[in-house]
Amino acid sequence: MDKIPILRMGNFLLVTIQVDLYDRLALNLEADLVQMVNKTSARGVLIDISAVSIVDSFMGRIIGNIASMSKILDAETVVVGMQPAVAITLIELGLPLNGVHTALNVERGMKRLQEMIGPVQEDDDEIAPEDDSFAE
Amino acid sequence: MPFNIAKLLENQKKNILELWMKNQLEDEGLREDLITNEELRAQSEELVGSLVANIGAGGSTDLDGDNWSPVIEILGGIAITRARQGFSPRETGKFVYSLKEAILEVLQEQIGDDPKMLFEESRKINRIMDGLTVVTFETFIKGREEVILRQTDEIAEISTPVIRVWDGILALPIIGTLDSQRTQIVMENLLQEIVDTGSSIAILDISGVPAVDSLVAQHLIKTVSATRLMGAECIISGIRPEIAQTVVHLGIDLSSIITKSSLASALAYAFRTLRLEVRKQVVQNK
Repeated sequence: MDKIPILRMGNFLLVTIQVDLYDRLALNLEADLVQMVNKTSARGVLIDISAVSIVDSFMGRIIGNIASMSKILDAETVVVGMQPAVAITLIELGLPLNGVHTALNVERGMKRLQEMIGPVQEDDDEIAPEDDSFAE
Repeated sequence: MPFNIAKLLENQKKNILELWMKNQLEDEGLREDLITNEELRAQSEELVGSLVANIGAGGSTDLDGDNWSPVIEILGGIAITRARQGFSPRETGKFVYSLKEAILEVLQEQIGDDPKMLFEESRKINRIMDGLTVVTFETFIKGREEVILRQTDEIAEISTPVIRVWDGILALPIIGTLDSQRTQIVMENLLQEIVDTGSSIAILDISGVPAVDSLVAQHLIKTVSATRLMGAECIISGIRPEIAQTVVHLGIDLSSIITKSSLASALAYAFRTLRLEVRKQVVQNK
């Protein structure tokens, strides 16, 4: 079965969706991602959807859900690389994704996350207790 | 010997044409600026020739018949050309009506001594010519509609330029009313340009929009939301005081959108966001 890889980059999780999402895949991604955020106590989630050309209301809702769930787990979500057609479709479907941050490409998305979360401390991983207190 | 109208018309073809031309040239509404006399003559001659040939061939007055299609084609061609050249409907109508006049006059001349036959034949001619007039008008209006459609397309195409004002800043002046179709074009152009240039700020200038009602506002909000989804920021500028009044009176909530009164202030805001600075050069006098 297909699985969308979730990559860890320091404090952030990077998800690159390379295939068109069908419903089951999207639901799995949602579950996996929340698990991963919890496990790694990531501070940011970056979802790259530049390869996604088809979107429906379900997919729009899943993205919104991921953002809200991550927010509860204290992680910001940035969706990057949305295609113009996808953006127009989502708007026409009445899903402006208000809780989700957006950026034009992965590079800017990373910058945006770093600005939101503050300077990345290189030694975050080693100093576990400080990390925990930060999360609370 | 039965009366043969086809033969009569065939013989009188030249007369009819001359009479028709005379009628047309005498008319005050003759548009010599749009069409030369020679051209008019050529058009008229073609039509009379085809019409007379057709009456001779079948004699049927039913315009739906196949044998009428050449006449209708010629007439349609003339009507469309006239529509494009800018003739008024009245002038185009007169073109056909004056032909009827000419034919009836010739008939009167030729068989005026037999009222019953004159009536019968006139009725026939009338029926044919009336049908042709309707065809002319239909084609004329179709031609005009084509012109209008083409112009609408052209306006839609030229009226949505996306301008790169700065590296990373796009401006889109909207002139004219925003309807759904135009919003779609504006949105598509803007989003595509954002992807192409990698811009992070788009300024939507609506100083050329005559009025903003709830529908237009909704279209604006849609465009702004779509831009935001792409990862760029959208500023609406050029809001005139009257528009601000209408928007508030209509109860439209624009608080989620960054609005500026002029393009200059929107640009200033964009510079601030991108951490750019524009300064006046200090000239040092020595």
